[in-house]
Formats: sequence, C-alpha cells, structure tokens
Amino acid sequence: MKGISFGQYYPANSIIHKMDPRFKILVATAFIVATFLCKSAVSFAALLGIGLALIFISQIPFKTIVRSIAPLLFIIAFTVVINIFFGTGEQLLVEFWKIRIYAEGLWRALFMFLRIFVLIVATSIFLTYTTTPMDLTDALESLMAPLKLIHVPVHVFAMMMSITLRFIPTLTEETEKIMNAQKARGADFVSGSLIKRVKALIPILIPLFSSAINRATQLADAMECRCYHGGEGRTRLNVMKWHASDVIYMLISIAICIGLVLLNQIQLGYVMN
Amino acid sequence: MNKIYLDHVSYVYSRGTPYEQVALDDVSVGIREGCITGIIGHTGSGKSTMMQMLNGLIKPDSGKVLIDGYDINSTVSDVYDAWSERAEYAMLSPRKRKKKMQQEIRERKAKLCFRVGLVMQYPEYQLFEETVYADIAFGPRNMGLDEAEIRARVLEAAAFCDVGEELLQKSPFDLSGGQKRRVALAGVIAMRPEVLVLDEPAAGLDPLGRNYIFNGIRAYQRKTGSTVLIVSHSMEDMARYSDDVIVLSGAHILRQGTREEVFAHVEELAETGLDVPQITHLMQLLRERGIDAPKNVYTVAEAATALKKLFLTGGDA
Repeated sequence: MKGISFGQYYPANSIIHKMDPRFKILVATAFIVATFLCKSAVSFAALLGIGLALIFISQIPFKTIVRSIAPLLFIIAFTVVINIFFGTGEQLLVEFWKIRIYAEGLWRALFMFLRIFVLIVATSIFLTYTTTPMDLTDALESLMAPLKLIHVPVHVFAMMMSITLRFIPTLTEETEKIMNAQKARGADFVSGSLIKRVKALIPILIPLFSSAINRATQLADAMECRCYHGGEGRTRLNVMKWHASDVIYMLISIAICIGLVLLNQIQLGYVMN
Repeated sequence: MNKIYLDHVSYVYSRGTPYEQVALDDVSVGIREGCITGIIGHTGSGKSTMMQMLNGLIKPDSGKVLIDGYDINSTVSDVYDAWSERAEYAMLSPRKRKKKMQQEIRERKAKLCFRVGLVMQYPEYQLFEETVYADIAFGPRNMGLDEAEIRARVLEAAAFCDVGEELLQKSPFDLSGGQKRRVALAGVIAMRPEVLVLDEPAAGLDPLGRNYIFNGIRAYQRKTGSTVLIVSHSMEDMARYSDDVIVLSGAHILRQGTREEVFAHVEELAETGLDVPQITHLMQLLRERGIDAPKNVYTVAEAATALKKLFLTGGDA
C-alpha cells in the first residue's frame, strides 16, 4: 500500500502530462460530446484510432488502461447484450425460438462498445492518469471562476476539494498504521460473526476519528497562522499559463472533433440514426 | 544464541510500478537472545520494514524470518519433512498429517503477535478504550486470558511503564503525550512478549519522558529476560541502553556487533550521516588535542569516571 499515491496518476513525461490541466478538462469534455455525435462506421473507426493514439502518446502501459476499464466491464457487456438480442432492423441474421439477431443490432452493439471504450480511455488519459488531483482542482477552480459573478464561492469549494484529496493518502496510511498496531495486539478483523467483525472496527475507528479531528484543527490553525483569509486577493505559487503549444493542441483538438463529426457524412457501412 | 535470525531477506515496495522502492536487499542478521539490540539507520534504510517482518505484518519477498529456528512464514511443504519425524505426526496418514500441520501453522501464526510484541512509531494513536485500564487489557483480552490474569498483567505492565494507579480509570484521551506513550507501551508489555520490538519509542518526548520509556523497557527486559529490539535515531539512547547495535544503510546492513564494536568505527558512521554519541565525539576531540581520553566511552557517566581517573593520576591536561 505504501508508496501508492491517491488516484491513478501515472508519472511519465509525455506531451499530455505537460499540457495545461484546464485545457485537458476542456478537451476531455469536447471529446465526450464528439463521441456521442459519431454515427457512421468511418467516424467510429477514426474514434478508435484516436483512442489508441492517445494511449500511445500518453506513454501509459496498455495493461494499466485495461485495468481501469475492468470495473465498467459489466455495463459494457450489458449494453452489448441488449443491443445484440433486442435490437431490431431489416437484415435478419439468425432466428431461433423467440430470439432474432439483426445485422443492425450487431453494428449498434459494436458502436456502443467503441463509444464506451473510447470514452473511458479518453477521460482517464486526459484527467486521471496524466493530471495530479491537485492540478485538476486548480484547473476546476480556474474554469469555474466566472461563477463568482453570481456569488458562488468557487474558491471555498476548490479549497475543500483539494484538502479532501490531500488527506486521502494520509488517512489511508493512518488507517493502515492503526490496523497494524491493533493487529500487533491480537485484534482480529477477519473472522467471527458480522456483529463481531463490526465491533472489531471500533479499535480502528475511534483512533482514526480522533486523529482526523486533531489534524483538521491543526490544519485550520496553521492556515490561520499564515494569514489565510479565503481566496480574495490570494496569489498562486504555480500560475497556470497558456503556452503557444497549448494553443496549437487546442486547434488540433478542435479540428479532430469537427473532423469526427464530418466523417459522419461518408455513408460507408452502417450508419446509426 | 540467536533468538531471531533473518536469512537473506529481501523486500520491495510496489514492485513493478514507477513507485518501486527496495526496502531490504538480501539482509542476513542474527539477534541475540536476552539482549537489547539497537537498530540505527536513516529514514528509508529499511528499519521499519524489518521491524514489521518480525511479527508477520510484512512477509518478505524472499528469505526467511526465523524465531527460535522456526520460519514464521512456513507453509506445510516447508515443514513437512522436519515435522513428520515428531511422534504426534509420525502415525498419521499423509493427508491427515498435512491437515494437522496446517492447523499448527495457523495456531503458531495467531500466537506470533503475542510472542513478538510490536510497539509502532507514535503508538499513542492506537489508544481507543474508555479507560486506560481497558486499553492496556486489550492485548491480554485478545489472548483469551481470564479476568484475574488480565488484571495481574495490566497492573504489572502499568508498574513497568510508570503508569500510576490513579490513571487507570481515566480516559486515555485525557492524558498528556508522555503518559499516553507509556500507556501504549504498557498495552504491549501486558502481553508479556518474549521479543519486544519498538520503533522510535521515545520520538518527540522530552528528556524526562525518554527516561521513563527507556527505563520501563529495561526494567521489563531485566525482569523477564526477553529479547528487545529498539529502532532509534538517537545515538545517545542507543549507547546508554543497548548491548548490540545494527547499522542499516540503503537496504543493507552496514555494520553489526556489540555497541563497542560498532561505535569504534566513528568515521564510517559519520560517512553515512549518522553520529556517534556526542560524548564519544568529545572524547575524540580531546584526544586530538593530546589528552589521553579513552575511546570506548558512550555515556556522560562513563566519561565522568574516566576523566576523573585521568585527572587524579595526573594525565597532562
């Protein structure tokens, strides 16, 4: 457990890692929209190509990506099955008993699979694998800045989020430490009835809560000692700046998204409607 | 006689990820029975990993952790040949034999945490009960002892660690930092472990608090003849309380032996960024200025005696 950072951030030195996190959020959103606008076989082929290219560019091992898809396998399988067995169309392929499988159903199942696959790959590459949670929070704060005009406390939300993210690994480590300490005194968390096992959690939860509350108080004191008074007039150590490269990436991304939609015009193979 | 023996032990954290980190690399070391052994090393030198291996919290990637000659991570196939010769196993059929061996291994594993008492770093975080008494009794209660025995052990442990009787009915959360630390230590000592392992037991305490802790540990060791391992940064404490010293550096053992043997290598310790006790260093400085101060001095009391002797016999000071 030790040494594993929170989230799935995978340190590497790729172009995507270096992109501005705000841009990554925007491009991920644009990509999601584009994915749903894809209708034809040609555009789906392009989508798959882009997904694979992203994996290659981000330098993240394919195995790691597959692992992030695993939890959603059920949803993917469910969608595929529904589309194959309950989709209707004109071209009947197989018919036995009450089940009819149409060619259109197969196509739709394939498209749905691709859609979900690329969706997960793109969002996880742009957001979780190549961006640290801290960068992500900062980017969200920056992107939501306009909401300040309607008196939404954007900074407070961002601060809450970054503190929460910051303390997840700390608390995980702490939980592990306390569990080990209690195990060393012969505590047993795995055997016995349900009630016994719930009771066995008390020696972990009480010290954990007590230290979490202590930590929160200390953090509040430390922030006040350094004159923290909310976001008003606060400057940053790492200011996010748009580089020329970000503008180029942005143009490329827009071109790709528009291109994907335009590819729908090539009516080759099956076209979803 | 070695109570504990680590046999070519290696351990790597997060193997196969970018966070991979070698904690111990082919370490072999014996720990003498009935002695206090100090383990010194920098952060990340593998000390804490080594500690947690001794009661099975961490299983080595390769190598054996032997306690009284028994590998605590044994599987049936490891012990099959050796145990088969024992009378209780000899007459059983192979299948029943394996089943019974499996059971014995499981029992040994369950008892291990009572035999090897582990006091983690900042152990006061483990306190959770309503009263100090109940908290110290947590370990003995998990051992399945009866109330009278639990009571006897709690009182004994409290006495070792200087936890006054007036504290026993208080909430552990109302105590001072030093008191909490002593209560946590008592909670482990109450299990009467044959091996007591402590990770930085005095970290963050004032000198008085340190003395309480170390005197408690020593009193327990003297009375029960158990084997004690202490991880510490403080050379002073090691010099004062330990018989043997092991120096870890970068996942390897740099030096091991009695404290005299280890502290004799002042330069080598300095190279790894570890210090010899200040008073030993002072003696060295005196020698550099031509005073015939003795080399093997590790505590202020020893130094005072040695210098007094030097002064009386008319050393050219």
